[in-house]
Amino acid sequence: MKFPLLWSRGIFVSAERGAEASVILKTTVAVTLARAGDIIRQWHRHLLAILVAAMLLVTTIVVTSAVGSTHIPIATTCYILLDRLPAVSINPTWSKTMETIIVDIRLPRVVLAGLAGAALSVAGATYQGLFRNPLADPYLIGVAQGAALGAVAGFLLPVPWANIGVPLLAFLGGLFAVAVVYLIARVGRTLPLTTLILAGVALGALFSATTSYLMFASGEKLHGILSWLLGTFSLSAWWQVAIVVPCVFVGIVLIWLFARPLNVMQLDDEQAQQLGIDVEKVKLYLLIIATLITAVAVCFCGVIGFVGIIVPHTVRIILGPDHRFLLPLATFAGGIFLILADTAARTMLSPTEIPIGVITAILGAPFFLYLLRQKKRMIF
Amino acid sequence: MLSLNLQRVSFGYDHRAVVQDVTFQVRQGEMVGIIGPNGAGKSTLIKGISRIIRIISGRILLGSREISEFGRLELARMIAVVPQNPSLPETFTAHEVVMMGRTPHLGLLRYEGIKDFEVVRQAMENTDTLKLADRRISELSGGERQRLTIARALAQEPKLLLLDEPTAHLDINYQVEILNLIRRLCYEDALITIIALHDLNIAAQYCSRLVMLSNGRVFCEGTPHEVINPQNIKRVYGAEVYVCPHPVNDLPMTLIMSDRRNL
Repeated sequence: MKFPLLWSRGIFVSAERGAEASVILKTTVAVTLARAGDIIRQWHRHLLAILVAAMLLVTTIVVTSAVGSTHIPIATTCYILLDRLPAVSINPTWSKTMETIIVDIRLPRVVLAGLAGAALSVAGATYQGLFRNPLADPYLIGVAQGAALGAVAGFLLPVPWANIGVPLLAFLGGLFAVAVVYLIARVGRTLPLTTLILAGVALGALFSATTSYLMFASGEKLHGILSWLLGTFSLSAWWQVAIVVPCVFVGIVLIWLFARPLNVMQLDDEQAQQLGIDVEKVKLYLLIIATLITAVAVCFCGVIGFVGIIVPHTVRIILGPDHRFLLPLATFAGGIFLILADTAARTMLSPTEIPIGVITAILGAPFFLYLLRQKKRMIF
Repeated sequence: MLSLNLQRVSFGYDHRAVVQDVTFQVRQGEMVGIIGPNGAGKSTLIKGISRIIRIISGRILLGSREISEFGRLELARMIAVVPQNPSLPETFTAHEVVMMGRTPHLGLLRYEGIKDFEVVRQAMENTDTLKLADRRISELSGGERQRLTIARALAQEPKLLLLDEPTAHLDINYQVEILNLIRRLCYEDALITIIALHDLNIAAQYCSRLVMLSNGRVFCEGTPHEVINPQNIKRVYGAEVYVCPHPVNDLPMTLIMSDRRNL
């Protein structure tokens, strides 16, 4: 029996075993190569999709910067933006006002929406993978409720620096809530995920109740609080972008690096450990990073719902469950989605703004239901 | 020559020892069966050796090094485990799941190379799962999932193979095929193989030595002839059985008899 030789000593040694073995060898190698080829071609298609999404994101940023109550042609917008690039200089054919509108008003808003969308959808995909639960979203274990309470406190406290106080307190509130949930849920050296979710739900309820009471008692500040809670980018400014860019960028790249462990952890904790993954460490790192980018995104624009669930699942429907492709595509798709939603929010009923949380649900839900209907196979 | 040495080892949860004071040795190319009634500690022993649960006392040596000295990835390159009821992610394909066995050989960023594909193909061919490669896990039966898990363990290219009831969900044809395969690999690749089994006949047929556990302790250890006899089974399992030699190879067969007189 020649066949076991192939298995036991690897294909290269058995090549010396004469004609019969080499025939088997050729066919088996051909089978391997064919399968490897198929899979690698599929990887290339996935990478292409990611690349296209990245370019679409850039296009979306440019095009939506041109959209707004003041009409500015897309070509002019392109020139204004190009002129801002380091090595490019274009003779201005546009007014100073146009430049201010594009560069100082619309662009920071569009960029911030893109960053928030990217952060929320990557954090959502991470939480879903980590908890092996399709219903998980970035707010599962209390970051939203904590941020909301912090923000409301920021509105109500007599701080003179409200435009810094609200985001700062929202950020700290989000981190505080998750830290408390984590410490409660920890059992010895391990972190049982079900306990974590339950602790998150309970603490979230406590925080929400407090937030509701504060809103009830807030008097004339209620409108501002409510518009923050439903999400808004109307206060976006470059200094915010300057804070969010490095945090979100570093966070997302770090999460991308955990794609393979995240794949293996779809088995279960025990099997992942037996395959060499330090499960408790990976859980802790990913929780920290996903929570941080969520808190940074949310603290400036409010708790925007739905992005963290709908975008990752849409990407799963398109690319399948492999996190190595899922996470990058979710990043770009999330950015595009939230930029478009924000553009709708500021233009549809202009000059009134629609809260962006309303838009993400009204536009997103039907689209997502349509996708679910189209592809009936299991997505998670 | 590599060997696995358990020296007065106790494992357990929260310092409550489930397996106590276990000592035995397994050499390369040897297939040792762990038998014993439900709750005797078979699975705990497997989890302890693969470092899922902590050692309370004693030590485990793989070659000359203690298991606890290995890094996680290094350990996963040495030890592969086929758990009893593994949960597999429903949306992944069979091939992707077997490819997860290559995880300890790949770094954080490297993509699978042609060698990984070849190892995975061999593992799938050996377990007769190659035809399932492109199917999703949700479409597969319990037995097919079981064989995939074995394929994944083989793809790890381990030195030490731990199996917890690997034939529990399999039809008799696959039971024979998988166990023959495991024994062949154990012999040819000189694997250290430890297999927890509840079926005494399978254990006697396939294992060169058996370790019989009772209440977390080693009750007796030896060749199938030494371990499987009515007295031991009566004392450990509390069951009346008959043991007779196998008609072809003389190995002990455990037989039961229904109590028809009461009908």
